[in-house]
Amino acid sequence: MKFVLLWSDALFFLLVAVAIAGGIWASRIEHLRLSWRKVGQSNVGMAAATLLLAFVVVALLDSLHYRERLPGEQEAYAVEVRSALDVVLTGLRTRTEKTYSAPLATHSFAKETLDAEGAGGRDFPRLKHGGSHLGENLVAHEADIVRKLVQGLGIGLAVWLAFWLAGAPLRRAAPHLAWSAAFVTLLLLCLAAGTVASLAQGYHVLGTDKVGQDVLYLTLKSIRTGLLIGTLTTLIMLPAAVFLGLLAGYAGGWIDDVIQYLYTTLNSIPGVLLIAAAVLMMQVVIDTHPEWFATSAERADARLLALCAILGITSWTGLCRLLRGETLKLRELEYVQAAQALGVSGLRILSRHILPNVMHIVMIAIVMDFSGLVLAEAVLSYVGIGVDPNTISFGTMINTARMELAREPMVWWSLAAAFVFMFVLVLAANLFADVVRDAFDPRAVK
Amino acid sequence: MLAYLIRRLFYALPILIGVNVITFALFFIVNTPDDMARMQLGVKRVTPEAIEKWKVERGYDKPLFWNTEASGAGKATETIFFGKSVKMFALDFGRADDGRDIAREIKLRMGPSLAVAVPVFVLGLFAAISFALLLVYFRATYLDFAGVVLCVAMMSISGLFYIIGGQWLVSKVWHLVPISGYAEGLSAAKFIILPVIVSVLAGIGSSARWYRTIFLEEYTKDYVRTARAKGLSERFVLFRHVLRNALIPILTGAVVVIPALFMGSLLIEAFFGIPGLGSYTIDAINAQDFAVVRAMVFIGSALYIVGLLLTDISYTLADPRIRLQ
Repeated sequence: MKFVLLWSDALFFLLVAVAIAGGIWASRIEHLRLSWRKVGQSNVGMAAATLLLAFVVVALLDSLHYRERLPGEQEAYAVEVRSALDVVLTGLRTRTEKTYSAPLATHSFAKETLDAEGAGGRDFPRLKHGGSHLGENLVAHEADIVRKLVQGLGIGLAVWLAFWLAGAPLRRAAPHLAWSAAFVTLLLLCLAAGTVASLAQGYHVLGTDKVGQDVLYLTLKSIRTGLLIGTLTTLIMLPAAVFLGLLAGYAGGWIDDVIQYLYTTLNSIPGVLLIAAAVLMMQVVIDTHPEWFATSAERADARLLALCAILGITSWTGLCRLLRGETLKLRELEYVQAAQALGVSGLRILSRHILPNVMHIVMIAIVMDFSGLVLAEAVLSYVGIGVDPNTISFGTMINTARMELAREPMVWWSLAAAFVFMFVLVLAANLFADVVRDAFDPRAVK
Repeated sequence: MLAYLIRRLFYALPILIGVNVITFALFFIVNTPDDMARMQLGVKRVTPEAIEKWKVERGYDKPLFWNTEASGAGKATETIFFGKSVKMFALDFGRADDGRDIAREIKLRMGPSLAVAVPVFVLGLFAAISFALLLVYFRATYLDFAGVVLCVAMMSISGLFYIIGGQWLVSKVWHLVPISGYAEGLSAAKFIILPVIVSVLAGIGSSARWYRTIFLEEYTKDYVRTARAKGLSERFVLFRHVLRNALIPILTGAVVVIPALFMGSLLIEAFFGIPGLGSYTIDAINAQDFAVVRAMVFIGSALYIVGLLLTDISYTLADPRIRLQ
């Protein structure tokens, strides 16, 4: 086994580290700590944060990549790059069917000529894996589902109880936070995950897609792509936006003019078209340099990162303008002038006196952008300028499934699964963003 | 005001030049025309002659900025930069890869784009403002809360869902309108109605919530209290005072997109088979037709700048205190 650190993995881990470090830093600064406490005291905020955390855990598992060692004498590794999530979901990944099958089905979705002698005629063939443990005893199908459901609920409850007990010190340490909302959300999550996991032992819980892949597996793998796009884009654009915004506001003069010109120009190019143009160009670069990438996963990863960078370039202007405006205001305040009079250097004033006081704007921008970016990924992938077609994402799932509603009878589960998961992720992000904005924005209207 | 507008137009020039340079850099410096030719003709097994022929056919065989072989003004004009980028200022967009004139194609496709985009804009604005006013009228009640929850839920749903779901429900299950397509004249209505409804629905969540915040902010101002203290009815306060004063932030967001309506919507047009500029752009992206994408980027930016100007003018109409100097 050989560990593979893709660029996006490294950046994602870096991002988590930055978030943790940022949390520690924020806890030392009075007004940021108070604002975060307000977020923690909100029921909606804690519930949404719990959901988001669950998504992040899945994405983190999916970011630990490795290549399997091939059997044999010499040192050789499989071309396929797998992740820790793939190991957890080995069953889901390997139990593929021939083609479509409905959720929890035991038979294929399409009729087939059953046996060569022609005795059986055309019928729905049994699935290779879905309900295979039942054998020929199909009468027990529904009872088996109910039994697995109850089992799953029990397991979920047990897991939740473990969490509840493990969380006791946390609740004692910070009794004023809205823990009840967090643990209720966690309970629902555990119950859902428990039933799904229990049912997934014998069935395809969300059905299978055209080539027989388990839809549940695809949706879980999509989470990482969505989260990466939503967060890495911000991470990539943040330094430039913050630095240029503060500089323009503080320095004024020709520096301000140049930076303003830069972002007005970028802003005036229609976003989708700029993304389209940049993605087209990037595709040419990637396609004409196949020697850069050892595996297809690396190529897909490069494309994902490039997409994040491109989205970042098109989306930093809004934050930059906001920061410039705020810095213009702060520059005139007494404490900044006092610092200037004492001979503190400009860079130090920016980092010590201005940056902490615009942090709330940055924080709000990060959380507000996230949901929009997740939604944008789906649309861009649909248009053909999103992630690599081999990368599993909500966009590629929807794109491959888009004609399925027109089938007769229709295949609804791939689309439904992608939309529901995306909805939950974006809703949690939106709710969390609202709470954060209310807590951090001094002018927020209640 | 005229002097102001003229000055603003001159400010627009460097921005357009900047856009031009950025797109030029994107299309020609990141990738050489050789790369593009190889891409178009297939990456493997392509002869140098074929690449050369492809470049000559499209005028990509010239140097990028400076032609040392030409004489006089030709040094600057016989280049890719002049041929492909500078000429756009004269609205000469050249030809698409399939040999058609881009400018003519744009003229033809503007109609269908506008036929969808204008109703979407007008109805969307009307619906979002009405919904927001309704929420503000019932502010701080459960109705308001439910409305906000609805807004957040609606804006969390992917736009693709509205389109796919709408097509499935209205066209496939109810058989009310055709799934996609377009016709000239009045018969276009049956093709347009579904995309319009779908786009309005998809957009109403975020915009209604945004307008609600604006209205609520106005509500805390002193003049509203004064108006109420005078004994004016709540409805009168809402429509005459709050709506009128909230116009400026609403105009900021709304007017700037009016010129861009020409461009149509990429997604909607692609899904509903409307032969507008949006689907033209999508086709160009999928076919990797760089000439068309470049032209659309240029037009889009120019229209955005016009939109900014219109926004400024609309301010003076909405608020007589604002004078452009």
